[in-house]
Amino acid sequence: MQETTISPRIVEIRQNVLKKNDLLARDLRKRFQETGVYVVNLVSSPGAGKTTLLTELLSRLGKRHKAAALVGDLATENDAERLRQSGAKVRQIITGTVCHLEADMIERTLEGWDLNEIDFLFIENVGNLVCPASYDLGENQRVVLFSVTEGEDKPVKYPTIVNSADLAIITKIDLAEAVEFQRERFYEALNDVRSGIPVLEVSVRTGEGIDEWITRLEADREAFEKATGSL
Amino acid sequence: MHELSIAHSLVELAVEAAENSGIRRVQALYMKLGVLSGVVKEALEFSFDVVIEGTPLEGARLVIEDVPVKIFCPNCREARVLPEPFPMRCPLCGTKTGQVIEGREMELYALEGGEEDAGDDN
Repeated sequence: MQETTISPRIVEIRQNVLKKNDLLARDLRKRFQETGVYVVNLVSSPGAGKTTLLTELLSRLGKRHKAAALVGDLATENDAERLRQSGAKVRQIITGTVCHLEADMIERTLEGWDLNEIDFLFIENVGNLVCPASYDLGENQRVVLFSVTEGEDKPVKYPTIVNSADLAIITKIDLAEAVEFQRERFYEALNDVRSGIPVLEVSVRTGEGIDEWITRLEADREAFEKATGSL
Repeated sequence: MHELSIAHSLVELAVEAAENSGIRRVQALYMKLGVLSGVVKEALEFSFDVVIEGTPLEGARLVIEDVPVKIFCPNCREARVLPEPFPMRCPLCGTKTGQVIEGREMELYALEGGEEDAGDDN
């Protein structure tokens, strides 16, 4: 008898490593579309001001639409509590050691919510500009936030997330002068990785840019509904 | 670091693919990794070695092929490979573009292995 034989062969697989997540995200997207939920995935570094901005946005948006939010953090319910001050429906996702949200976490957390009762769903991702880039959550758009205090070259340091984003928001714009934020350099960096990306400059303190964002979101949602015939 | 989660998904996918294609012992996994995938190759290799322990993939090699960024230049109306991931400009005419054709891959594209051993007739 011959010694142990292995007849080596190569089999083509050609599958995305995150296939499971992507399939789940596709199902979620379909559910959102069928129930008329427009979904926005917010990503930024820790401290860029996502929660503060989102609380303000939800308060204003909540006057005209039914808005809800899911917020991901490694620990604590603090952000959910802050967001609840806006009056919106909010649920916290505690990820433990995981530095991003995955589609199955979204699916699980939505359990029990009637999606027909929601017009806009905001997903505040874990504060991190690297890991969230790889995971589709079934969102309609991805928004990347940078604050003026983070430095002008941040977009080129995190090209993957910027490249997959549909809108960039510069937060704490009221501090631009104080921190000598160089607008042109920032815009150049942004355009180096995502040419033509729309940008909004906002400040929760002065209210600048927030109504503009709402107008934009309403238009995006309307355009999406028209394109897909949902609702 | 999300490479550990990705390594888990990779192993899960490979085990399933091996079963489907009748490979009893996987010797190598071939993977394409885009420069814009957001995955650090070294971290993934490290995670892979940790994750395969005690699984049917134990002992398998991970072979990673880097995929550079390929963009579509709206001016030349051609696809072009970038020497560096950014700036995202056409290397020929300098036009800026955000249209990425390749470079985001995170794909298991082949498995190498065999039907182990004696009893098998081939």
